Amino acid sequence: MGYSGLRVFAEGLTGNKGWRPVWRDPTPKAEYDVIIIGGGGHGLSTAYYLAKNHGITNVAVLEKGYIGGGNVGRNTTIVRANYFLPGNSEFYSHSLKLWEKLETDLNYNVMHSQRGLINLFHSDGQRDAFARRGNAMINQGDDAVLLDREGVRQYLPYLDFDNIRFPVYGGLLHPRGGTARHDAVAWGYARGADRRGVDLIQNCEVTGIDIENGKVRGVQTTRGPIRAKKVAMVAAGRSGQVAAMAGMRIPVESHILQAFVTEGLKPVIDHVVSFGMGHFYISQSDKGGLVFGGDLDFYSSYAARGNLPMAEHVMEAAMTLMPMIGKARVLRSWGGIMDMSPDGSPIIDKTDIEGLLLNCGWNYGGFKAVPGSGFSFAHLIATGNHHEPAARFRLDRFRTGRGIMDEEGTGSQHNLH
Amino acid sequence: MRLTCPHCGERDRREFYYAGSAEQLQRPARDAGEGAWNDYLHNRDNPAGDTRDLWYHESGCGAWLVVSRNTVTHAIASIELAAEVKR
Repeated sequence: MGYSGLRVFAEGLTGNKGWRPVWRDPTPKAEYDVIIIGGGGHGLSTAYYLAKNHGITNVAVLEKGYIGGGNVGRNTTIVRANYFLPGNSEFYSHSLKLWEKLETDLNYNVMHSQRGLINLFHSDGQRDAFARRGNAMINQGDDAVLLDREGVRQYLPYLDFDNIRFPVYGGLLHPRGGTARHDAVAWGYARGADRRGVDLIQNCEVTGIDIENGKVRGVQTTRGPIRAKKVAMVAAGRSGQVAAMAGMRIPVESHILQAFVTEGLKPVIDHVVSFGMGHFYISQSDKGGLVFGGDLDFYSSYAARGNLPMAEHVMEAAMTLMPMIGKARVLRSWGGIMDMSPDGSPIIDKTDIEGLLLNCGWNYGGFKAVPGSGFSFAHLIATGNHHEPAARFRLDRFRTGRGIMDEEGTGSQHNLH
Repeated sequence: MRLTCPHCGERDRREFYYAGSAEQLQRPARDAGEGAWNDYLHNRDNPAGDTRDLWYHESGCGAWLVVSRNTVTHAIASIELAAEVKR
């Protein structure tokens, strides 16, 4: 069932009675070629690209909740490729290129809006750092424009430019950055994978991973045992528990990241704006709500809700940067469980157990990586070789110290990212 | 969240700095090898449930604390001085 403008029109005339569920609700088979643990954005895109790029369709995605119920349906929806370090730079560049063709590829409107992202700076030193980052982005083949104060004013006239502590000196504009409709990304990939024969199995929690003689044989689930030739762990904030079923300890600590949404307002913020000094970022959804967030609560947690000190800090940062939003009323907030790695960069790699693969450590940046992560992970699962743009996301970089990707430059240590 | 410092009593979470899992108190021997050191520095149990972690009373008495708490409910079971746990 394809989507088109004509179809929407025809359905509108006939009472919208022709729409059907877009993916099946299959019973798990006894065995699959590949089992993907985790039906979030990354798991779904992995399944989709396994089928599409590699012709591997005897695949099950096991989701303990429902499709779109995790971080992929609860995030601040920012899509960008403004990373600095080799490893991250080529990966996010590749991912953004996939985003730009995603809607035609999936035949699904993910509302990808390249409205431009502006990172603000507030000192001469920061300007130099952003100029350097912009050059790295241009070297990677992506786009970056260094704006001076008046340049920023053209785009964001509502900022408090003369703030006493953080006057706006300028900003780095990433014109291809923007947002997307997060749920639609999950649904689009789910539908695309299902249509190619992948079984999406919801309400199916993995309770054990079967390993014999150093080789993976399958999984135990709440819906019975399932055998598999390969098992891919893509469980984001729950990666530690999943890996523990395979007897592994992994370099991930789970933290809470809060985000907030206001009531719907008329269009007022046309771009994605980030205010690094307050660790605050904001955009406006197509529905009108201001979507914004801040930094981690900074202690390990699975509570899926945050504490008030960070909420207060985020509101203060908002008022410092753009006092005009002071009268907007916050409708809701949530806390997502983030899989934080020591250097703040992800892991896409094999493990010491044959046939068992790991994709985790997306920190607070997993959404924009959904296409690239699935594409590269599917490549690794199918071919056994690392896909070039993700080749540096190695699990052993912490042990060897080689290839650490500490984008913030704060150190490769758990409590620093 | 509020933490009860053994020296200072119940204080706001903002007075404390979180340093991560209390696994860090089990420092391997100098010659324990690369595997043990990698595990100590980077790998974590990361439990969903009861955990023990290290907090520093940064804006208070400066003591290092071992906090036993639940990562799912945020309930705090006990708080001890790291110096006494380590002894």
